[in-house]
Amino acid sequence: MNTTVVAQLQRQFQDYIVSLYQQGFLDNQFSELRKLQDEGTPDFVAEVVSLFFDDCSKLINTMSASLERPDNVDFKQVDSGVHQLKGSSSSVGAQRVKNVCISFKECCHVQNREGCLRCLQQVDYEYKMLKTKLQDLFNLEQQILQAGGTIPQVDIN
Amino acid sequence: KTTLVELGRTLALEECALWMPTRTGLELQLSYTLRHQHPVEYTVPIQLPVINQVFGTSRAVKISPNSPVARLRPVSGKYMLGEVVAVRVPLLHLSNFQINDWPELSTKRYALMVLMLPSDSARQWHVHELELVEVVADQVAVALSHAVILEESMRARNLLMEQNVALDLARREAETAIRARNDFLAVMNHEMRTPMHAIIALSSLLQETELTPEQRLMVETILKSSNLLATLMNDVLDLSRLEDGSLQLELGTFNLHTLFREVLNLIKPIAVVKKLPITLNLAPDLPEFVVGDEKRLMQIILNIVGNAVKFSKQGSISVTALVTKSDTRDADFFVVPTGSHFYLRVKVKDSGAGINPQDIPKLFTKFAQTQSLATRSSGGSGLGLAISKRFVNLMEGNIWIESDGLGKGCTAIFDVKLGISERSNESKQSGIPKVPAIPRHSSFTGLKVLVMDENGVSRMVTKGLLVHLGCEVTTVSSNEECLRVVSHEHKVVFMDVCLPGVENYQIALRIHEKFTKQRHQRPLLVALTGNT
Repeated sequence: MNTTVVAQLQRQFQDYIVSLYQQGFLDNQFSELRKLQDEGTPDFVAEVVSLFFDDCSKLINTMSASLERPDNVDFKQVDSGVHQLKGSSSSVGAQRVKNVCISFKECCHVQNREGCLRCLQQVDYEYKMLKTKLQDLFNLEQQILQAGGTIPQVDIN
Repeated sequence: KTTLVELGRTLALEECALWMPTRTGLELQLSYTLRHQHPVEYTVPIQLPVINQVFGTSRAVKISPNSPVARLRPVSGKYMLGEVVAVRVPLLHLSNFQINDWPELSTKRYALMVLMLPSDSARQWHVHELELVEVVADQVAVALSHAVILEESMRARNLLMEQNVALDLARREAETAIRARNDFLAVMNHEMRTPMHAIIALSSLLQETELTPEQRLMVETILKSSNLLATLMNDVLDLSRLEDGSLQLELGTFNLHTLFREVLNLIKPIAVVKKLPITLNLAPDLPEFVVGDEKRLMQIILNIVGNAVKFSKQGSISVTALVTKSDTRDADFFVVPTGSHFYLRVKVKDSGAGINPQDIPKLFTKFAQTQSLATRSSGGSGLGLAISKRFVNLMEGNIWIESDGLGKGCTAIFDVKLGISERSNESKQSGIPKVPAIPRHSSFTGLKVLVMDENGVSRMVTKGLLVHLGCEVTTVSSNEECLRVVSHEHKVVFMDVCLPGVENYQIALRIHEKFTKQRHQRPLLVALTGNT
């Protein structure tokens, strides 16, 4: 095991994850999630996150369909979709996605189709962005593990 | 003295006298006469021509019986004074003579020996007698020197003895003083701590009651101040015992990994408020179970990490722990991990205000505060680092701080020696890297629970949390499924209450109904809501 390589990777990992928190992509919930992962459940975070992204994709499609025809928008359905999304994003600590959902909900309440469409677009953008970032993060984790190191514990507030 | 006696006898002298230079060196004092009594302090100036003449040669010189150095007895007209001879006696230069800046000191000092033939004897000094006198003069010189040396050494010995006695007395006094101080501290400490604890305890209780905002603020200040005071008292006691050398480490076996996490947990509340992420990095070869003074090691780490958090306004903090190899910073401090011991190195890096490299040595001094530290309203007692340094030294280690300058953060590093416990560290020897595990809460092990949540992601997260706590979790995604699946085996049912309304309450009622017959087996219902 090359200790300098491991140390470098760990440093990279630390810096990257700290930057994700500082830029608001992730919040404390994510670090709580990481704490739940141990030898018995080594892929817990990856599984939850993957499920979340699948959820995002499905919900966004459904909501997009509902918002498509301007004269026949089922705001109730959209609202329920946003509600689900808000819940999921809270559970995994996807802060930016969650924040968009809050505005999205408002638009649904006042039945603002234009607003909803904008929020939908933003949610789509945010979840895809987060997906890429987390992918990079997991890659770094794998590199560290393969080099024989351990993943640093990072406490975020 | 004996020499002069023998000389007097051998040569049948009437008188034999020895003149010694006085301390001032300006006079010769009559120090010894063989037969006649001589007045004390009888002196003659040293610069007399006759004396200079005698001092100028190593030969014995005939002098007039009337010269001042020869006039030792009452003069009576009847007597025909015998011939007198004088010879110089070289003196050993002793550095004990007081004043050091006299020009005379570079020249040789002499004493004067005066020998007088009996009066009315018509004897004259013969050459062989003179030769004898000259030889004897040298002997006398040696004898005089010996006498002086002996005197000096006696004096020195007495002085030493006195000093020893004084030192011993001083030592005993110091010991008594230390004992008295320790007793005082111990008693006062207890006396001071009791009211201190009362203040802290009652203020804490007061905080729990109904208070106006102003009152609450006051109580919080009281609490903070008393805690600070309590810490100060502990610090002072510790430090005084550390300085005596009377403090001893309390060794025991403990879990090093857990210790680090505990420290982070303690610091977390402050870091939360300041929005400072803290990273912990434990090296994979770091032993888990070690032997050492757990409480004091924790104190050191807490102090260092606490300082890092305290003096950082933004940025992040990283704590790294590793087993150190022999290339340490300090070349004199050679680190050799022996069989059952190793050296732990802990590095705490912060991105705070940094420290001026010139101020670094002052950091470990008690109570000293540098300019940059003093401008912050720090609550530090000033003793923390000094105590940490002493503990580190007790643990046969080293502590230092590096900083690239003001504004560039700083890194505190320390090494300490710890023992490796026999308890299994085998899990660390396997090549499989592990994510550090948080110990499971044993009181929930095997507890059967049911989780009901429509949201797949939330359901999975809740399940993960409960599994981590040791529960056996079943999940359902709808109210109907919940009613179907719930059984007497489930001790707790977690229900997501997302939509306000009657629905959830109905479900709760129906679960309740299901178990009316077996009331004692009814599960505990817990509502989960994420509605913020």
